[in-house]
Amino acid sequence: MGIVKDLLKGLAVTGRTMIGTITGRELVTRPYPHVKREKPQRFHGRHVLNRYPDGMEKCIGCELCAGACPAECIYVRGKENDIDNPVSPGERFGYVYEINMLRCIFCGLCVEACPTEAITMTHLFEMSTTNREDGIYTKDELLMSPDGKVPHMFPDDPLADLGELDTADGWVRATAPGGRAAYQGVRMWAGTPGVGDWSPEPSQEERDRRSGDG
Amino acid sequence: MSDTRIVDFWVAGTEEPEFQPTDEGMQEIGPEDSGRRLDEQYGRVVDDDYVFDDEVPDEERMILNMGPQHPSTHGVLRLQVELEGEIIRRSKPIIGYLHTGMEKTGEQLSFMQGPTNVTRMDYLSPLHNELAYSLAVERLLDIEVPPRAQAIRVLMTELNRISSHLVALATNGMDIGAISMMIYGFRDREMILEFFEKTTGLRMNHNYIRPGGVAVDLHPGWKDDIDRILKEIPKKVEDYHNLLTNNPIWQARTVGVGVITAEEAVGYSITGPPLRAAGVEWDIRKVFPYSGIEQYEFDVVTGDNGDVFDRYRVRIDEIVESLKIVEQVTDSMPKGDYRVDDNKVTPPPRQRIDESMEALIHHFKIYTEGFRVPAGETYVAVESPRGELGCYIVSDGGARPYRMHVRAPSFYNLQGLPIAMADSIVADTVATIASMDPVMGDVDR
Repeated sequence: MGIVKDLLKGLAVTGRTMIGTITGRELVTRPYPHVKREKPQRFHGRHVLNRYPDGMEKCIGCELCAGACPAECIYVRGKENDIDNPVSPGERFGYVYEINMLRCIFCGLCVEACPTEAITMTHLFEMSTTNREDGIYTKDELLMSPDGKVPHMFPDDPLADLGELDTADGWVRATAPGGRAAYQGVRMWAGTPGVGDWSPEPSQEERDRRSGDG
Repeated sequence: MSDTRIVDFWVAGTEEPEFQPTDEGMQEIGPEDSGRRLDEQYGRVVDDDYVFDDEVPDEERMILNMGPQHPSTHGVLRLQVELEGEIIRRSKPIIGYLHTGMEKTGEQLSFMQGPTNVTRMDYLSPLHNELAYSLAVERLLDIEVPPRAQAIRVLMTELNRISSHLVALATNGMDIGAISMMIYGFRDREMILEFFEKTTGLRMNHNYIRPGGVAVDLHPGWKDDIDRILKEIPKKVEDYHNLLTNNPIWQARTVGVGVITAEEAVGYSITGPPLRAAGVEWDIRKVFPYSGIEQYEFDVVTGDNGDVFDRYRVRIDEIVESLKIVEQVTDSMPKGDYRVDDNKVTPPPRQRIDESMEALIHHFKIYTEGFRVPAGETYVAVESPRGELGCYIVSDGGARPYRMHVRAPSFYNLQGLPIAMADSIVADTVATIASMDPVMGDVDR
């Protein structure tokens, strides 16, 4: 009798889960390409090159991102700005900017390294292509237009969520307090985010509070 | 119609040279590569130090290759088993099919970039890899990370242990035929991966624990997520007990199967759950505490027989113990910095770049050259879900390790397979492999 009882106990678990799945109470999957999950704020997705609100490019062509990249997938060449018609504030701008997305490991070190918050990450992660050349993103694909929109690689795809490029983030790393508690909750210097409006993360007291703790 | 024509023109002096075969790339088969060695490589002869009764005539023995593409070998493990009917007399794990030279890659990456590399070794417990690497670098640098960073490290690695054990239970169940367990294990692991994703932005290969602290602070509202994990996982563990632990079919498949005794386990340098299942109370967290884990109360779970069932029980109980640590860390999370305040090691806060030229110089220096680590060598071990995960770093005073070696627990545990599988039946092979929980990325590195 004991064996039957133990078996029934196990079957009760599977039975309960089965009923929960049929009724939808315990359903954990979703029909993916049609229904997409909500991605957390710090999600590491496709990169984007930001602009200042006045339309100037943030990238200054310093190549720090290329130096920090452990996969060596970023290629940057800087060029002197034309004084009469500057592309970015300062002396130089990113003349060539290419990211080989086939090599990128999405570690976020480029975002941390960038001194001007020019490169951040978006929530877009569907980047599969049918040929390898499309995996190399040039400045045309990465740079946002002056009105704040980021070009999508496949804007005609009915399943593509164009909003993923707008809900972009990566600001946590881009505006890192560098581990100092005193700098948490402080709006960092640029204050002019490109893609996705960035509000400062809460201070440590607020961050460590439970929602039930009043 | 197009007027384009393809003209094949010829320029003098650009003829393709006639193909001259060279001996480049040729390999001479030396005497050591022929005969018996070749027989071993092709599997015609199995040679190891395992002693067995040689009474059965040769024609009743069969050498069978299992893997490297077998779905139940947890990756690309190849097993050469010598069968006598249904009984495995000898077996030999053959590894190297996933060798990607990550230790060598680690010599090309600076200490700042290193965690992105080591986190890909044991892909089921990436944070433990990062922790071992960071602790080794910090010991060479002789710096003390702030208490909050230590607490975050303990919190994240213990959560990682739960998620890794959940996968171990899931795959163990799947290999024996309990498919429900696989689905439940992966389903419940999702809760922890979501927490990781909220904190680090990635589900695996986080690049989160760095030399000097952690990359970013925990996300706002992390305590609510931990509360949910602490509430849900014990319920799920109760379900696993109902589903498997007391299940007579599960017991029939696992009890007394793949036994490794305490002496054998110690002799083969087996660590982690397989060692503790044999009854040896050895846990790096207790013996060589790291990251302030000694402040938290937890028990070292041990088994009695060292069989598949005990290894399963040890894992399932370690989930509960890890939850205890997670709860204590959550309640006692200290406030303060989460990286060392040393601009030679960690980049300055973003705001400082605008204010201070020195901060900008430090920022550029760290992200281009990296930071220099004093010359020396060190070995630091942490208790990964699979056992003692150690990182041995030799520095020559530069910004990159001169040599990095990782003592991968899966590699050592895998060497126990031949003794665990000797004289067992073929049907138990998969159960035994799954109970050792090898991660081939960890074995081959």
